[in-house]
Amino acid sequence: MMREPNVKAWLGPLLAAVFAIALPLALRAFGQVFYVSFASQVLIYALAATSLNLVLGYGGMVSFGHAAFVGAGAYVASLLLHAGVDSAWIAWPAAMAVAAAIALATGAISLRTRGVYFIMITLAFAQMLFYLANSIKAWGGDEGLTLARRPALGFGVDLADELSFYYVALAILAAALYALHRLAGSRFGHAVVAMRENETRAEGVGLPVFRTRLACFVIGGAVGGLAGALLACHGKYVSPNVLHWTQSGTLMIMVILGGVGRLWGGVLGAVALLGLERFLADFRIGWLAALVPNYAQHTSLAVGVVLLAAVLFAPRGLAGWRRARDG
Amino acid sequence: MPLNTPGDGSGQVLFTLSWILLVEQALNGLQFGLMLFLLAAGLTLVFGIMDMINLAHGSLYMLGAFFASALVEATGSFVAGVLLAVPATALAGMLLERALLRTLYARDHLSQVLATFALILILNELVRIVWGSDRPLAMPAALSGPVELLPGLYYSSYRLLIIGVGFAVALLLHWLVARTRLGMWVRAGASNREMALAMGVDIGMLFTFVFGLGAALCAVAGALLSPLLAVQVGMGENILIVAFVVIVIGGIGSIRGAFVGALLVGAIDTLGRTLLPIAFSAFLPPQFASAAGPAIASISIYLLMAVVLFFRPQGLFQARGQG
Repeated sequence: MMREPNVKAWLGPLLAAVFAIALPLALRAFGQVFYVSFASQVLIYALAATSLNLVLGYGGMVSFGHAAFVGAGAYVASLLLHAGVDSAWIAWPAAMAVAAAIALATGAISLRTRGVYFIMITLAFAQMLFYLANSIKAWGGDEGLTLARRPALGFGVDLADELSFYYVALAILAAALYALHRLAGSRFGHAVVAMRENETRAEGVGLPVFRTRLACFVIGGAVGGLAGALLACHGKYVSPNVLHWTQSGTLMIMVILGGVGRLWGGVLGAVALLGLERFLADFRIGWLAALVPNYAQHTSLAVGVVLLAAVLFAPRGLAGWRRARDG
Repeated sequence: MPLNTPGDGSGQVLFTLSWILLVEQALNGLQFGLMLFLLAAGLTLVFGIMDMINLAHGSLYMLGAFFASALVEATGSFVAGVLLAVPATALAGMLLERALLRTLYARDHLSQVLATFALILILNELVRIVWGSDRPLAMPAALSGPVELLPGLYYSSYRLLIIGVGFAVALLLHWLVARTRLGMWVRAGASNREMALAMGVDIGMLFTFVFGLGAALCAVAGALLSPLLAVQVGMGENILIVAFVVIVIGGIGSIRGAFVGALLVGAIDTLGRTLLPIAFSAFLPPQFASAAGPAIASISIYLLMAVVLFFRPQGLFQARGQG
């Protein structure tokens, strides 16, 4: 079935792409290279949140342990680099593979439970990894590992250069979003959403519910692992904090804030949350400073208030809010 | 928690001291478990009756500890400070419920997670603004020394006080829930909310009361544990997750389950922390044994939860849907 090319549907992503490509050039022109690095971090979190959105939003599996996969990817990439494996072409796929394997093992157990119990059992597995990473001295224990350099990508791309790293992260995020878009429109994607909407009915029409859900969980885990590898390479540092439950919570907040089960949900949530934090910390707001002189030390108060307002006034997330106003 | 580790004693010394160590650690486990129960009891009621995921429960524990610290300083008396902190925290909890959390009951779990996560951030920062990042809270001087329980067995009298208060509050809670009309409404709400509503229970008042009760229990735990741990911003986050583990093991909505789960988790965590390094040192190099023990003790409570969920998905004691 052929569909008419929908200009309106492509306009948003196109504008976002143009903005994302131009942003670091503009920042460099104004001498704000630090913010290029920050923007890369936002892209990586957007990737992690998007991978969680596949599981949580599309699949309806409320995983409270996504940090397990992000953290596993971060540790695999770091340990490989630490062991002298310099190529990103080995480190990143390895991070994805290990994260996928962990997702397969934990998912096979977790997906036998439902509701709150699924939330708690995914959290349990992430906490086990957190304490494991804390205890293993060869992994840096609770202090973590500092990496001497970023890995090598080849093809003349120097990842140590902030601009290059940014565009690599952007390309990966764009590819992930396109893949998610295609996945959502595929037979697999429809099956996953059908199971979210009505599990009994999906089972009734003969869909292999457990296997499909597990596949969705593993894909989300693998992409989360890639985000973790990027995060470790970007900061040249990994510590058990990347596995802490608040990390899972933050990713979940990004997805809920951005829009559960919406293509751009993870990206919008990451941009909004990290952008707000950075904005409040770095830019002086005159009237607020007059009212509370040291407000910059208490940015999470403002972040909390904004999140609370988002729950009360934009129940379907930023992506849903925009649609509600359009329609 | 700070534990009396057997120092660098040789295997010989360890062996001769082992029964004392065992009793001491069992008491520590009981003490930690009882405090966990106070946290878990409020959490399980809020979860079971209102079907609400309240991540900010840990913030009430923090608030209780800060109230206690400030009020002990203001009154100059540990007992008066702690006794005042409990109603103060309960009041704060009820205000929070009336002003905000009430609007979230009808929403899905994800909205509740987002809203109460936001509350954690807000309460953390408010506490930081009012009191700073941490505050001192010393145990009363009269209780700072050890008492001799058995010949050769000395135990912290303050920890004994915690155990005593913990049992007393648990009994009080049991009486309240099992023997009073109010408790009957609470049990009816946990068992079947719609039916309780249809039978004329004033759910609105009940919810506020339960929330205040949960906050008061948080304050007791926060105030009593703080001299052993620390009064600091963020103290609620880690213990919150352990409290969630307790209520999932025990069965959501069940006070009895929370009690059993809390004692189980307290014992496994505390005993594992002390005994596993000793057990490991028998066949592993000491630096590895001392690091792996606490990690495996921490992991074991999550392992316990995973195993319980696997075999009994409703937890050990099922509250919902029972008469």
